[in-house]
Amino acid sequence: MENKVKRELPDDLMSKMNLKPFESTDIGHPEVQRVAPKVRVTSDENKVVDSLEDVIKENLRDGMTISFHHHFRNGDYAFNKVMDLIIKMGYKDLTLAPSSLTGVMNDKVIEAIKKGVITHITSSGMRGSLGDFVSHGGLKNPVIFRSHGNRARSIEEGEIKIDVAFLGVPVSDPAGNANGQDGDAIFGSLGYALMDAQYANKVVLLTDNIVDYPNTPASIKQDQVDYVVKVDKIGDPDKIGSGATRFTKDPKELKIAQMVNQVIVNSPYYKQGFSFQTGSGGAALAVTRYLRQSMIDDGITASFALGGITKPTTDLLDEGLVKKIMDVQDFDKGAAASMAKNKDQQEIDASWYADPHNKGAVVNNLDVSILSALQIDTNFNVNVMTGSDGIIRGAIGGHQDAANAKMTIITAPLVRGRNATIVPNVETVVTPGDLIDVVVTERGIAINPKRQDLIKAFSKVPGLKILDIKDLQKLAQEQVGTPKPLEYTDKTVALIEYRDGTIIDTIKQVKD
Amino acid sequence: MTYVKNRLRRTMMFVPGNNPAMIKDAGIYGADSIMLDLEDAVSITEKDAARMLVYNAIKTVDFGGAEIVVRINGQDTPFYDEDVKAMVKAGVDVIRLPKTESAAMIQKLVKDMEKAEEEYGVKKDSIGVMAAIESAKGVLNAPEIATSTPLMMGLAVSGEDYTADMHTHRYPDGRELEFARNMVLQAARAADVYAFDTVFSNMNDTDGFYRETKYIYELGYDGKSLVNPRQIPMVNKVFNPSKDEIENAKAVENAIREAKAKGSGVISMNGKMVDKPVVAKATRVLETAKASNLIDEEGNYIGE
Amino acid sequence: MEIKTTGVAGTLESSDIQIMISKGTDGIQIDLDSEVAKAYGDQIKKVITDTLKKYGLDNVKVKATDKGALDCVIEARTLAAAQRATETSDKPELGVL
Repeated sequence: MENKVKRELPDDLMSKMNLKPFESTDIGHPEVQRVAPKVRVTSDENKVVDSLEDVIKENLRDGMTISFHHHFRNGDYAFNKVMDLIIKMGYKDLTLAPSSLTGVMNDKVIEAIKKGVITHITSSGMRGSLGDFVSHGGLKNPVIFRSHGNRARSIEEGEIKIDVAFLGVPVSDPAGNANGQDGDAIFGSLGYALMDAQYANKVVLLTDNIVDYPNTPASIKQDQVDYVVKVDKIGDPDKIGSGATRFTKDPKELKIAQMVNQVIVNSPYYKQGFSFQTGSGGAALAVTRYLRQSMIDDGITASFALGGITKPTTDLLDEGLVKKIMDVQDFDKGAAASMAKNKDQQEIDASWYADPHNKGAVVNNLDVSILSALQIDTNFNVNVMTGSDGIIRGAIGGHQDAANAKMTIITAPLVRGRNATIVPNVETVVTPGDLIDVVVTERGIAINPKRQDLIKAFSKVPGLKILDIKDLQKLAQEQVGTPKPLEYTDKTVALIEYRDGTIIDTIKQVKD
Repeated sequence: MTYVKNRLRRTMMFVPGNNPAMIKDAGIYGADSIMLDLEDAVSITEKDAARMLVYNAIKTVDFGGAEIVVRINGQDTPFYDEDVKAMVKAGVDVIRLPKTESAAMIQKLVKDMEKAEEEYGVKKDSIGVMAAIESAKGVLNAPEIATSTPLMMGLAVSGEDYTADMHTHRYPDGRELEFARNMVLQAARAADVYAFDTVFSNMNDTDGFYRETKYIYELGYDGKSLVNPRQIPMVNKVFNPSKDEIENAKAVENAIREAKAKGSGVISMNGKMVDKPVVAKATRVLETAKASNLIDEEGNYIGE
Repeated sequence: MEIKTTGVAGTLESSDIQIMISKGTDGIQIDLDSEVAKAYGDQIKKVITDTLKKYGLDNVKVKATDKGALDCVIEARTLAAAQRATETSDKPELGVL
């Protein structure tokens, strides 16, 4: 069958897994039933245990679903510690349901798949050797990729039923009151892990830092926690920060960032009390810097900044240019450390952040979001999941979610090396073009024809070159030439869900 | 591409001739002129490879409407002859001769270009030349260099080599360049060709860059040589005419129009005659204002 | 044109391609290493082959390490390598361009 973004979906798999094709970005007002976890009642004041192995033995059975969070990113010690034991203990047929998978986890996941320990995966994304392994058909069952908001929805509605959640934290008290703000390996907001703590049948905290009861502020609360496992070291503080934390000096990135800022400040949304989400990476940081200057010059302050937060954004909070930060994760140490000091930096969980099936998520209040892309096609569909070689090397993250902003801006260089970024058809549709308003490249911007109001607003901006997206695509093709179409086998290695759980695209096994 | 004598040349961005990544993106920053460098930016063992790369780039890369200048290797090097031939065949806009010290050197270049134009069937006089002044001798001979050929586009001061020749080096205040800057500018103005200031390479000293750019703008330079695209908006900012200058230029333009309508050869404004340099300045101001988006298509002021 | 030595041109920087040319016996044989081989491998080989033929070289062994170079770069590096291999860099045959 074909879905509304013209992607052919495999009928057998769709009916076998009882999946529905993507229809519309309009969520509507469905009534949904949420689930609740099983609770093993206890009144223990002290839940501290030394043996992780005993905890696993007592609580984990073959075929169960286990979960982790990725707030430690590449500084994570919790995942490998737990998976090592699970593999050694000979478990089979587990479903791995982390908030995402980072590079430091790759080898262990591959080992677990090869030994039959893990047979199903759902994640926000994967990169490197694991993406390569899955793209070559290494896992029998297709991976299900979900956005952060969709993961929250899936957990709430029981599509992801977590039996045991293993959650690393930099600090906890003996009863399980924990946060991400104290200790050696701080990462700030626990936003994604809060879903697991609330909905998993068993919650196991791992920490190297047990403090006196009661530990406050408590992001994860004692009423949710079954065990607190003491470990030597929970993470490497130096590797928690993701990507660039310094302003880029790359003139092309700076040029794009400057154009993004021009788009923002000339949009109808740029006014007193507006809101924005910029994300991480060198270009995003540069956007924040240019935006800061514009806000100072124009005497404008933002009501809130959302999302993955970086130090340049918490600096805006300190300067009073941003009134509040709604914080689901922190990308660097500066932003993480700021949370403990600043009551206006509000920790939010993934549901509050972006769940499409709740009574209103923060993304619905968002004015402007700036997102990146591996590819964008002439229908404005965005791929953040597969490279131009068809191999999995990305994550949905909050992409589909933040794209619900009133104005969603995609930034990307027109070409990367010899790969065009603007293409006739993306390899994988992750975020439907319906949600995308403006694409900014170094050669000019393209505006979704649905947004005649923005076309009108930006046409008057001196020096802002507006092109038809098809012309941008042609410009790219003139530079790099026409690629030979990639070849895939019939095997589906991954499903891409839209926020509401419908299938927006699939990823096939690459042919070599 | 064809050489145009008069055009906006506020920024001349240097791009190393053997760097495909930088050449590929050179056109996106809005430089008025792009100088692809075969000389100092290319090591001696890569001269041949850079020549081929720059040749192909001129033929195929979209430089976004910028004027393309190539700095070839000097006449005292074994690379000069082939550089001239290849760049003529490629159809570059302007060839820049380094270490120019006499009119004869430029005349030799023009003759060599003519030979190559004939050999490869390139239209005669379709390529301009410019001279880099990098020595005491070059500075003293600037007037004869500036008038050495009708194809002369402009003179550029090259501070590093010049200060070395003068037994000094570059200082933040630029006093060591005072004579050279003024001499080259006088020579260029007298010959009605363009004048370009030297590069400022400390990217971390933004204040210093603005100070120097403002200084050479006030002297009367047409533009500045740049090593980093980030300097382009900074130079443009300094070269932007003020609102008063723009309004005044528009008044001059109106006066020209009125004179034309009346069939009068004399342009007058507020009862005073408008001289030729004033007319030329008005044209320059409006051209710059348009390029910097300070006026719209109808000429209305839209700057901040 | 005769290949006299091994000629190398280009770098391993992004957007560049390194071409090594030596004498062959069996037509133009290209060993290509490229991140975009799947999408552009045939095109890269075609540019190299066409360029060598234009330079009058028919029996050549080529080792190409590509870092995402555009066609104009591939051609320029192939030409430079050919000029070096034929020891004509001082007086390259510009007529073929």
